[in-house]
Amino acid sequence: MSSLDAMYQQLILEHAKARSGADLSPDEAAAMPEQAGVGQCHQLNPVCGDEITLRLELEPGGSESNIKAVRWQGEGCAISMASASILSELSEGASPAELDEMIGHFRELMRSRGRLEPDEEILGDAAALAGVAKYPARVKCAMLAWVAAEDALRQAVSASS
Amino acid sequence: MVMVSTPASADIQVALSDVEVLRIRNDFPVLEQEVNGRPLVYLDSGATSQNPRSVLEAEQEFYELRNAAVHRGAHHLAVQATDAFEDARATVAAFIGAAEDELVWTANATAGLNLLAYAFSNASIGSTGADARRFALGPGDEVVVTEMEHHANLIPWQELCRRTGATLKFIPIDDDGALRLEEAARLITARTKVLAFTHASNVLGTINPVSELVGLAREVGALVVLDACQSAPHLPLDFKALDVDFAVFSGHKMLAPTGIGGVYGRRELLNAMPPFLTGGSMITTVTMDKADYLPAPQRFEAGTQPISQAVALAAAANYLHETGMERIAGWEAQLGQRLVNGLSAIDGVRVVGPAAGVERLGLAAFDVAGVHAHDVGQYLDSMGIAVRVGHHCAQPLHRRLGLTATTRASTYLYNTTEEVDFLLEAVAQVRPYFGAAGSGDSK
Repeated sequence: MSSLDAMYQQLILEHAKARSGADLSPDEAAAMPEQAGVGQCHQLNPVCGDEITLRLELEPGGSESNIKAVRWQGEGCAISMASASILSELSEGASPAELDEMIGHFRELMRSRGRLEPDEEILGDAAALAGVAKYPARVKCAMLAWVAAEDALRQAVSASS
Repeated sequence: MVMVSTPASADIQVALSDVEVLRIRNDFPVLEQEVNGRPLVYLDSGATSQNPRSVLEAEQEFYELRNAAVHRGAHHLAVQATDAFEDARATVAAFIGAAEDELVWTANATAGLNLLAYAFSNASIGSTGADARRFALGPGDEVVVTEMEHHANLIPWQELCRRTGATLKFIPIDDDGALRLEEAARLITARTKVLAFTHASNVLGTINPVSELVGLAREVGALVVLDACQSAPHLPLDFKALDVDFAVFSGHKMLAPTGIGGVYGRRELLNAMPPFLTGGSMITTVTMDKADYLPAPQRFEAGTQPISQAVALAAAANYLHETGMERIAGWEAQLGQRLVNGLSAIDGVRVVGPAAGVERLGLAAFDVAGVHAHDVGQYLDSMGIAVRVGHHCAQPLHRRLGLTATTRASTYLYNTTEEVDFLLEAVAQVRPYFGAAGSGDSK
């Protein structure tokens, strides 16, 4: 498999089209949520114009609750859209600590220039994004949703404790 | 009369031949390499151009034989370096149709446009004498730009307006990427103090009608600033004949290294305009209270200048002049038409800017339905093809076109028709590769 095919795996291209969780409405994206246990973050890559607004919602019951949903809206390349879609699926039902671990491992993987092997136990479908790490110019595309989720999670946890 | 038109049906007599282009390629070491296992196809000269050996050697020779600070020091090398630096100015000034003292060195076109905007700004706060008042702006005054500007010819004017209270207006484009001249005539009024526009669009490839726009500015006494970033490398150019007040260009887009460019200004204007950067080498008398400034160009060249880069830019100007700017423009016009015709024929590909058959630079920016420009560029890179993707520092223009990003292929004198055809074949594979064929709008 060429490096290009390794980056654009079928799973990635399918996620880029299906876009799980991409049902945040423009009205929701325009206003920061006020309620406890919800966080929202907007991220923009000025180099290519990729953009995402991501909302993370915890189950009711305080900062130890699991993640109810990650919903987002965005525009961008196949890598950034697929990455957001996968993140949305992985997050559902995860605990805040588990998502934190996922984000940390994913960032490490992306910064490895292809030297690290993904831990599929932790990353699930996101392991398919490992091929991006060989293209330093594209790492920001893959990270966009994860950076947004990290901030939204921090807000959601601190607002509910 | 200056020849700036490059008709779509470029006369073969004034264009480079295939054989000449192959010979030219041999002068560019960087082009002799493989990328991802395929010969490099460099189609990103609109962003930065490559350097011929004569330019690389001129810079190296300067450092090996003549390196010293210029305009100071009485020693042998200082004299040699000063001669090389000022000879370079004379060469480049002749290339753009300016007198020697009408060319100010800057780092690039962006630095040149900021120099002008800050000089006008300084005039607006009355920091210099009565001569400078003609550059002053205030509330009620207007600066007019166009909707197709590169951010470099937009943001410095936004900031100037913010500082002075003047208002920024823009001339809109039509759907084919041409300026709406009837709107220009309406927008350019007695309130207009500055008209700043690009000679040729880095995204659309449109070549703007300089004489019509200069005519509108002259009627109302506005200063004309021309962004010649995309024209100086690709079209025969004579700023005097174009009758603009100021113009800027970047060396790295015209076969020279980075770090050197220029501002052209009419002599009487440059000498009346307040300086922007101040410091060493631009003064006559300095006391602890104040300083008097040298005439142009030194007035605008504070601190040690990019000397070897200026020498290299002169070598680049010589290379272009000896090859012949009309023949380069004729060749690139053919490549530009080949790009538009070929790309437009691919299912799901939309080329922005002038339609096939209409005058344009040798570049084409395009959208591929269902595939983001970043992914298009990545696919092309895997074939060894270098293109630019994104908004090309022209976000308002992309917004007007209803796009956030495009893919741009831009040619130069070293690109062959075979390279353009290879690009076309590769672009035709993009939608099938990403599974986008059959989806989105097709034609």
